[in-house]
Amino acid sequence: MSAPISQRLQRWFRPRRGWVIAVPLLWLTLFFLLPFGIVLKISLSEAAIAIPPYSAIVNVGAETVSLVVSFSNYLFLMSDSLYVAAYWGSLKIAFVATLACLLIGYPMAYAMARAPAHWQLVLLLLVMLPSWTSFLIRVYAWMGILSNNGLINNTLLWLGLIDSPIRMMNTNFAVILGIVYAYLPFMILPLYANLTRLDGSLLEAASDLGSRSFNTFLKVTLPLSKGGIIAGSMLVFIPAVGEYVIPELLGGPNTVMIGKVLWEEFFNNRDWPVASALAMVMLALLLIPIALFHRYQSRELKE
Amino acid sequence: MTQPMTLTNPSTDIRHQLPAEQEMSSTTGKKSSRVQKETLMEIRRVSKRFDEALAVDDVSLTIRRGEIFALLGGSGSGKSTLLRMLAGFEKPCEGQILLEGKDISRTPPYERAINMMFQSYALFPHMTVAENIAFGLKQDKLPKAEIRERVAEMLKLVHMEGFAKRKPHQLSGGQRQRVALARSLAKRPSLLLLDEPMGALDKKLRTEMQLEVVEILERVGVTCIMVTHDQEEAMTMADRVAIMSDGWIVQVGSPVDVYESPANRMVAEFVGTVNLFAGEIVMDEADCCVIDSPELGRRIRIDHGISTPADERGVWVAVRPEKTLLSLEQPKGDFNWAAGTVEDIAYLGGLSVYYVRTEQGHLVKVSLANTTRRSERPGWDDEVYIHWDERSAVVLRD
Amino acid sequence: MRKPSFTTVMLILGLLFLYLPMLVLVFYSFNSSRLVTVWAGFSGRWYIELFRDQQILNAVWTSLRIAFFSASMAVCLGTLAAFVMVRFGRFRGKTALSSMVTAPLVMPEVITGLSLLLLFVHMAQLIGWPADRGMATIWIAHTTFCSAYVAVVVSSRLREVDLSLEEAAMDLGAPPVKTFFQITLPVIAPALAAGWLLAFTLSLDDLVIASFVSGPGATTLPMVVFSSVRLGVSPKINALATLIILTVSLATFLAWYFMRRSEAKRRIAMRMQQEG
Repeated sequence: MSAPISQRLQRWFRPRRGWVIAVPLLWLTLFFLLPFGIVLKISLSEAAIAIPPYSAIVNVGAETVSLVVSFSNYLFLMSDSLYVAAYWGSLKIAFVATLACLLIGYPMAYAMARAPAHWQLVLLLLVMLPSWTSFLIRVYAWMGILSNNGLINNTLLWLGLIDSPIRMMNTNFAVILGIVYAYLPFMILPLYANLTRLDGSLLEAASDLGSRSFNTFLKVTLPLSKGGIIAGSMLVFIPAVGEYVIPELLGGPNTVMIGKVLWEEFFNNRDWPVASALAMVMLALLLIPIALFHRYQSRELKE
Repeated sequence: MTQPMTLTNPSTDIRHQLPAEQEMSSTTGKKSSRVQKETLMEIRRVSKRFDEALAVDDVSLTIRRGEIFALLGGSGSGKSTLLRMLAGFEKPCEGQILLEGKDISRTPPYERAINMMFQSYALFPHMTVAENIAFGLKQDKLPKAEIRERVAEMLKLVHMEGFAKRKPHQLSGGQRQRVALARSLAKRPSLLLLDEPMGALDKKLRTEMQLEVVEILERVGVTCIMVTHDQEEAMTMADRVAIMSDGWIVQVGSPVDVYESPANRMVAEFVGTVNLFAGEIVMDEADCCVIDSPELGRRIRIDHGISTPADERGVWVAVRPEKTLLSLEQPKGDFNWAAGTVEDIAYLGGLSVYYVRTEQGHLVKVSLANTTRRSERPGWDDEVYIHWDERSAVVLRD
Repeated sequence: MRKPSFTTVMLILGLLFLYLPMLVLVFYSFNSSRLVTVWAGFSGRWYIELFRDQQILNAVWTSLRIAFFSASMAVCLGTLAAFVMVRFGRFRGKTALSSMVTAPLVMPEVITGLSLLLLFVHMAQLIGWPADRGMATIWIAHTTFCSAYVAVVVSSRLREVDLSLEEAAMDLGAPPVKTFFQITLPVIAPALAAGWLLAFTLSLDDLVIASFVSGPGATTLPMVVFSSVRLGVSPKINALATLIILTVSLATFLAWYFMRRSEAKRRIAMRMQQEG
């Protein structure tokens, strides 16, 4: 226990602490942060028929190093109404779907949080279970239900309520329905987590002070669950904006969503620079929602 | 086997308002017989800063081998930070901590011969009672047989022989504390730290365990530093008490010292309750001094001189409630009394506390031991006199 | 009988909304007709055809392997990240780390997929690896986004663990690394298991990111299902869906059952202790 040994140990321990921090930090920097830099770089280059299909930004000549930065991809996005419509359509559909999720999910989360203790775990598992199965298959389920000779139309025809099938597949309605269905558990989970922490005596205090239950909800419960509402909404809204599978399977020719457009630019047109520019603009649009989510999440982690 | 703690009275929470002088001096007298003069730990001018906030400010202390030492203070007084520095969880910004003459201020916790019992007990939930106690011994790579023997010995010490196979969540609060104590004693540390040892127990169990823990510590003969915010606990368990406030050590002394001769007004108010009268010294001689107190409406006489500098005349006179007397007739003499009315009476079983409003509007607490059943006593709104002996009061500064 | 409240009714309707489409899937998987929407009698033929489909079976095996390795690596990385964030106090790069841990939770998959593919293309140009994209690149991609989920699950558990447990271990002579393995890990083990399972299902389920970073060598199950579903409804997929739903339900039920049993055991032990 003499001083030299402990000092040696400390010197040996200090850098190790650094290593423990470095491992996750380096992994995420390399495979999460750095890729965005590359996307940005490629979005500033020109498409070319080559492998990989874009021109180099930095040209190392015999004596000079020239930097060719091109904003043409971004200008192209602005000029073509298809892209603007796709961004606008994505935001609109994601917004409506998020709102619908909130309106359905909030009462569900509220009922779960107020349920008897031994029921809560069962209800939570019931809500989360679908999200553990398969996203793709849950979207696929609606194809059989919504199509012209699907379950709903067949039932309605058989009941004689309609003469010809209602077109539900390949519409924006189907896309919104699909998003609500797929993302509902992610709305309920943070809301439930927030509402269970709500102190029941607060509600009792409010009613003791003469507040009616709906008023109590508006003045006490709702403001206190703001964090859960933000987290749940962002968990639905942000991925929904970039959604590809749902518009591809349930949407129609009128459904233009940016995730689908990006996919097609990349895989069908093999225009990597335009796809990169599309991703950068989408990221810029989502920066505020992502920051909002991050702020909520880090506050949650601090508590 | 010395068992001095039978003198505590568990039924009252205002133990120190009892006429306790004699009991306490005998208590500490017996305990100090095992305390040796030899120094075990020396804390030299230790300071700790957290983001510019000074948690511990230039603290120096000497701990003697074999004693039970209590750090007493309110929350934020720096007592826990000081304890964590002794354990090695915090490193002092300045100063040194010496254990048996060696500087350990930079030694990591796992290399110190110091063990700690945590406020939450920190029993490992995935291990049985026996595994918990054996944990520290396994770190020292002791032979299996010796570990088994030592664990059995520890279980016996804390009267938990039948619980070796239990998991912590199958134990009650008091049992958990015994296991935590056994675990921290198993390595035979040269110093034991107790962080709010009774903090997680309810009141009744607390008094019971205070006695039992002291008994175990004395049997083992380990030196012990405890941290507590409960003055009663500190005075029941410790040989010496240090009062901490704002990172400073305000006073160090035996329980009798800090109760009967508090160093300043803060100590007097923190340890027990006290009646304070502001006043100004008008006469100060070798064998007595006189203080003029408008708050009392009368002069106060004290039976000893206090040799104050001429420019610091303003002082506080402190009288404990149990040393303040109540009478229906006007006391003789011109000093140390006031007339008033009984405003409230709190009957606490063993004693009653009278709240007397003096003519000057000052509220004075007087406690009377209920030595007879339903005797004639002053009642509400009675006209009474409060007074005290000139040996009972203490002169204090801020 | 008390009138059920509005929220209870919504909860029941919401659960019906979540489960009815899946029940329809299961129901039609036993349909003997190729047309999924017309009932033509009970049959198990689609299950037999499913098990004869070598492409699907290969994809299942590929997906399971990727999910296993991704989940395992993600638990290591995510636990490390959670431990660093919760227990290490302040250090340089903490804000960066916590941002990078929460961001993948909401990042649209097309962006993650595209950016990772471009990274792999660049790496191949610069250092010659990965020459071929396939299981290794999918593994890296899945590990990255799964470790974010693991970090969130583990850090919320770690925050509940009394810090003095670890301090007590060090106080009793265990150095930090030993303390981590002997005390911290066993105490948070349930969270590690939950994190692993979550990462496993996320990896099994991912289509978009895998489509970007995969090469010709590796086709995962979602990729096969997607290419089939794109062409329309197929009863073989219904059979596959039924098996997936069955497996997940069974695993969830078992997890619930064991959780409840250990809870009940604990309660009995507590009662015994109080009486004895």
